[in-house]
Parts: sequence; structure tokens; C-alpha cells
Amino acid sequence: MTKSRPYDDVPGTTVFDERMSRKGYHLNQFCMSLMKPENRDRFKSDNRGYLDDWKMTEDQKQAVIDRDYNRMLSLGGNIYFLAKIFSCDGLSFQYAASTMTGVSEDEYLKMMLAGGRSPDGNRYKHEWDKSNG
Amino acid sequence: MARLTAGVATSHVPAVGRAIDTGQTQNDYWKPMFDGFDFSKKWEESEKPDVVFLVYNDHATAFSLDFIPTFAIGVAEDYAVADEGFGPRPVPPVEGHADLAWHIAGSVIQQDFDLTVVNKMDLDHGLTVPLSLMFGQPERWPCKVIPFAVNVVQYPVPSGRRCYNLGKAIRKAIDSFDQDLNVQIWGTGGMSHQLQGPRAGLINQPWDQAFLNDIGDNVDRLVGIPPEEYIREAGSEGIELVMWLIMRGALDDQVTEVHRHYHVPASNTAIGHIILKNGK
Ligand SMILES: [Fe+2]
Repeated sequence: MTKSRPYDDVPGTTVFDERMSRKGYHLNQFCMSLMKPENRDRFKSDNRGYLDDWKMTEDQKQAVIDRDYNRMLSLGGNIYFLAKIFSCDGLSFQYAASTMTGVSEDEYLKMMLAGGRSPDGNRYKHEWDKSNG
Repeated sequence: MARLTAGVATSHVPAVGRAIDTGQTQNDYWKPMFDGFDFSKKWEESEKPDVVFLVYNDHATAFSLDFIPTFAIGVAEDYAVADEGFGPRPVPPVEGHADLAWHIAGSVIQQDFDLTVVNKMDLDHGLTVPLSLMFGQPERWPCKVIPFAVNVVQYPVPSGRRCYNLGKAIRKAIDSFDQDLNVQIWGTGGMSHQLQGPRAGLINQPWDQAFLNDIGDNVDRLVGIPPEEYIREAGSEGIELVMWLIMRGALDDQVTEVHRHYHVPASNTAIGHIILKNGK
């Protein structure tokens, strides 16, 4: 059931397959609810109270409150669903992407203006292990 | 009879919609990207399509995780513009072409592609941004639109080959519709981009350029690209490019390139755009 997939060796990337989707169903459905303005207002005024209405794990709720997008991804969140959270906060995809890469939005913008992150050295997990060790 | 005359491919980034809606298309950041669509708007004014068959993906807007259609065809008379979390884009509602849409649904299902038939769905940036790029900011969209949504969010997603063959079935369906209509097919999404995780911001210009080079005359190579190659080479969201192959499959084997544009960056994404006409 959890056999490996041909994309499992891509670094820094979570592919939203059934392994993630089954973990993240309630987290992602909570995100969908933020497409209604009245729900956005309720969520904004009380994150915790709003989240407690959902069958999410405590880890998932805390990751949402912390706006820790990498953690949300690892707990089954899908980026297009998570986008409802940062949209609700009035923040852009570019800002959210910068927080996931651990650099400031300004640095991230500079990287994109310079042509983006090169695929060289970023295709396989072993390339990242080497550069860290 | 209905005539499929041309195919258009273009990226569909939300920030591009925002730049249009807030009047920023002429600033230093955006101007070079929008300049590449000046030709396309003029070209559409002279082509005057009656219907655009618009292949796009829903970004967790009309479809949540409650049910996930791999291929969904809109058969409604009209569609609302979606509120994606910051209010709907200030663009006109979209008029459908229910007669042609039902005809295509019937024909394509009988050619063994299982489509989900949709009477009500709100349309997100995946569909409205391409309309803005190709038609500008009219009071009313100049043609009818058949929305065709492809799942590229929940894996497994359809293969490039299946998308290409589906395009061929759509073509057969359009060719057998007995009203005189000028129909275009658009494939949207891409090109390289990754919106998530520590590898976000990945852009692969040589890979994108090779894709643009081959979509006209060497599509066989593209049809064989497996999903993991899109993810590895073009970023996790680069998989959207399979939707371009539906567009290409619907065109003649021989096509003529009318226009091409490539620009980096638009927010996190490499913008790619190409117009192909049937025949050499
Ligand atoms: Fe997209």
C-alpha cells in the first residue's frame, strides 16, 4: 500500500497522492470553507474556535494557527487548498512560497527575477543530502 | 458544420489576473509579460471565434476533495466567476454553449472517455485569466466558452498520452456538430513552476523551451513524458502542461505556429504562450 513512487526521490516536494490526501482530508476541507466570506470573518476573529469545529488533528490545527505551511504540507495539506488560508490573510502565493523556502519575500523575489531556482542540483534527494553533509 | 480552426496555449497564474484587475500591466515588472499578448489580442479580434473549448484545471474551487472528476465538461448556459478567497475577479460572467457541450459530451463518452457532466460550477483563475489575456477587459466576453476541467491536483493525474488521445476524440466530436461555428481549443496552465515546499520557485527554461519547440511538429516526444518527469524537471505544478496536450491532440497533425511568447517570472511561474493554426 505504501510502496514507493517514481517521484519519491524529488527533494523538497510533496506530491499530493492518496498517502497525503487520506491524512489531509479534513484539513483541506476546512481550507475550502474559507471561500465563504462569513466563514473567513469567523476564522479571522477566532482561529482556534473555528478550527475546533473540524475533525482535524491537534498537529494540523496548530500548524494552521502557526501558519507553518511546510508542516501543513507534511500533514496532508495540498497547496491549492492551503492557498485559501493565505488568501484569507491577504497574502500572495509568492509570499507563501518564500516562507516555505525559508528566505525572506525580498530574497525570494530576487531569485525569481534572476530566472528562478535552477533544476541543477535540485532533481534528486541525494543531491540535497550531499550538499548538506 | 463546426470547424476547429486553431489552438491556443497559455499559462494561467492568479497574480496575472490581479495585475490586470488592479491596472498594473504596464509597470516594469509586468509589462514584458503582457507585451507578449498584444499580438494575441489583435489576432483574436480578426479570428472572431464563436466558441472556445477551454481546457483548464480547477484549483480547489468548484471541486473539493468530496469528489474528484478526472475530466469534467461544463454543459451550462452560464457560469459565475468564483470567489477564490479574496472575492471574485471583476470580470464578466461566462456564457456557455450548451448545445455543443452536450454534443461533445455525448460523442466523447461514446468514444470511451468517461467525462463528468457538470451543470453548475464557478470558474476560477485557471479559466478567467486566459480569457483576460486573450480578450482584454471587455464588458462581455466576445464568445461562448465550454469549460473543460482536468484533475491535476490529486494524484494519480491523467497521463499526457491519455490527454492527447482525448483531444483527438474532442476533435471528432466538434467535426460532427451540424452548426456552422468557428471553434478554438485552448490548453492552459504551466509552464515550469513549483508553488510548494523547500523547492518552491523552480523554473526550468531549457525544458520549457524544448516543450514549446516540440508541441507543433514533434508532439510524439511530449506525449511520452511521464508525470514524474514533469515534477522533477518542471516543478510539482508543471504537471499542468498535460492540458496543452489535449489542445494539441484536437488539432491537425500538421500545424502552423502563428505566435509564441515566453517570460520568466510571473510571481512563481514561467509564462508560456503559443498559437497554432490547423494545416501547414
Ligand atoms: Fe494552475
